[in-house]
Amino acid sequence: MGFFDKFKISRLKEGLAKTQENLVRKFTRILHRSRKIDDELMGEIEETLLLADVGFATTEQIMKNIVDEMAKMHWTDASELRDELRKEITKALTHNGEFKISDDPFALPAHTKPYVILVIGVNGVGKTTTVGKLAYNYRNSGKKVVIGAADTFRAAANSQLEVWAERAGVDIIQQHHGADPSAVAYDTIQSAIAKNADVVLIDTAGRLHNKTHLMAELEKMTRVMRKLMPDTPHEVLLALDATTGQNALQQAKEFSKVAPITGLILTKLDGTAKGGVVIALANEMKMPVKYIGVGEQIDDLQPFDPQEFSKALFGEEAFRGEEYTVEEETQA
Amino acid sequence: MFEDLSSKFEGLYKKIRGQARLSESNVNEAVREVRRALLDADVNYKVAKKFVDDVQSKALGAEVLKSVNPEQQFIKILYDELVAMMGGPAEDIQFAQELPTILMVCGLQGSGKTTFTAKLANLLKTRNKRAFLIAADIYRPAAIEQLQLLGSQIDVPVFTIPGERNAVKIASEGVREARSKGFDVVIIDTAGRLSIDEVMMKEVSDIKATVKPHEILFVCDAMTGQDAVNTAKTFHDHLKFDGVVLTKLDGDARGGAALSIRSVVEEPIKFISTGEKLDALEAFYPDRMASRILGMGDIVTLVEKAQAQISNEDAQAVEEKLRKNEFTLDDFRDQLKQIKKMGSIKDLIGYIPGINQAALKDANINDKSFDRIEAIITSMTLDERRYPQVLNASRRERIAKGSGTSVVEINRLIKQFTEMQKMMKKLSKGKVSKQMRDMMANIPMPQ
Repeated sequence: MGFFDKFKISRLKEGLAKTQENLVRKFTRILHRSRKIDDELMGEIEETLLLADVGFATTEQIMKNIVDEMAKMHWTDASELRDELRKEITKALTHNGEFKISDDPFALPAHTKPYVILVIGVNGVGKTTTVGKLAYNYRNSGKKVVIGAADTFRAAANSQLEVWAERAGVDIIQQHHGADPSAVAYDTIQSAIAKNADVVLIDTAGRLHNKTHLMAELEKMTRVMRKLMPDTPHEVLLALDATTGQNALQQAKEFSKVAPITGLILTKLDGTAKGGVVIALANEMKMPVKYIGVGEQIDDLQPFDPQEFSKALFGEEAFRGEEYTVEEETQA
Repeated sequence: MFEDLSSKFEGLYKKIRGQARLSESNVNEAVREVRRALLDADVNYKVAKKFVDDVQSKALGAEVLKSVNPEQQFIKILYDELVAMMGGPAEDIQFAQELPTILMVCGLQGSGKTTFTAKLANLLKTRNKRAFLIAADIYRPAAIEQLQLLGSQIDVPVFTIPGERNAVKIASEGVREARSKGFDVVIIDTAGRLSIDEVMMKEVSDIKATVKPHEILFVCDAMTGQDAVNTAKTFHDHLKFDGVVLTKLDGDARGGAALSIRSVVEEPIKFISTGEKLDALEAFYPDRMASRILGMGDIVTLVEKAQAQISNEDAQAVEEKLRKNEFTLDDFRDQLKQIKKMGSIKDLIGYIPGINQAALKDANINDKSFDRIEAIITSMTLDERRYPQVLNASRRERIAKGSGTSVVEINRLIKQFTEMQKMMKKLSKGKVSKQMRDMMANIPMPQ
């Protein structure tokens, strides 16, 4: 897995550059040595968290924990809060350490073939792109992949997915524009079974989570899929745009009513966005982030490791110098 | 839209309600809640802070007016500040003197630029302006095809050069073609990437320099979080856009971004996109939006919708009947017919002051129920319509058969109608608000 490690760190570093700049630099500026802990400092920490879209409730909780800990430990210097802050954010991200990440994120459970993954989300978050990238990653780890183009609503969604399938070098099952997405999903699984494929990736149409009829359609999709394989979908990934604010919580709530969400994909993290809302999602909704999209290239999808993420966020280097660098892993 | 924000504000009023006057302690508490509501709604931290500070100082310095209670006074202050925050009067596109008016659409990936481009062309069509679309997003797979498909749905031409990798060239050739064919408006759909992407910024800047658009519209996803203002600012620094378009407001996005952008870049929000259909695009009115956010409803829009359907004489006739207590089931049916013309009932109720937006969101209101009521009334004899008290069991059964409904539904309608008559009586005596609110909040609808 040496390849993966190297690839992960360098990409993660690039992708998180903005997050770094926004969160860590700011914390570095705020929490410098020999600054006294006072209301102003606490206000600045709170502001930094809120500006990163961590949200009111989780920010409040983090602040409260810091204050409690501070009272216990009798801290007086701002730099002493740094480790505590990292601990709190890791805690929130991992839901108190409940979320673990496997060594090979693209390994599949035995006896489940094909392994069916449904990708859902609101419009414009990058579901189709994500499906393309996932397909690429699974194929690269030696799996046979079939993509189902169940976004039959958006004009030209099929051709976009076709391009991705071609780039990833995998098969794609599609029907005409406006076809029943449940039928596409059914066809895809059926074809995957016939071809003895390992993974089925189903792209769905973007839908706003408050459109009852569209949510019902999603529910129907899972129902129809279960006719072929009773335990499908094995994974339901909710794609979220990293620039989304507190509405992400609402999306997560509504979508989980119609499909059992097993994880989140945070897309477009290479923008100016900070994606702080994932901290709130992990903390308040118990939803782990599985992948992050850090660029527009096909290999720009990264498995998400909360430990690694907070380490990257709060790496010692960030606090020492102006420039943040992660040492490249030099694996054989 | 904005349901969450308005329902939070509704809870807030209770804190101030019943207080004799705006004091430091009740204002401070209310203001803290306002801050939380704004932050939960993704209003930018700094904008929220300034807003709250302004409200606080105004509320504390407010002269105690004898005529209003502290709750009303506080709402008034919130309202004024909200309107100020979202920008004053509504602003439309400035059309150029000579044809064609060139518009350029820019924004982040997935913000809804392409769909908006088609929606705008569609809206312009209703104003008798012929639009010409240029698909200059050469990066996203199938973006051009998407615009072509949308264009064909609304019967608006879409220009592109197949295989061309130079967006500037596509834009300038497109504008030339539109000009030679005499179109009124040209809309250029540009590639969306991430605002930090200098390459894309340079490309749109180049398009701007070459085709010199009369107006640039920045498209922003209403669900964007704290970062919305930074994105808007980056685009504004590069392009000096002239207006903002908010998309996906039909979700339950709290639209805080909407409230923040104006105060950061000083450019007006011009349009809001409120649905998937190509006709779901509205002009943005800050004052009306402020009313809706504060749970004050948007009576102006409702009245406008009504005015388009109901003539003054009709309205006076109904008022006369109500006053004399001569309002019959026949009149009721006519009213329903007129209301139906104004749009979906759920939307209309949303404009009414005092309606709990959050409750409305979950309410399942079926416009078809109006058809059933109509059918029931039409199946009655004229006498029955005038004097519903004559409706005995066998008459009700006959009506049920005649209208294809059930006796239960008829009973419900008659009960509703009688209650309404009672309420009208009270209403004409001047006791409005509570009953009105109660009735509106739980309008019973036959299934």
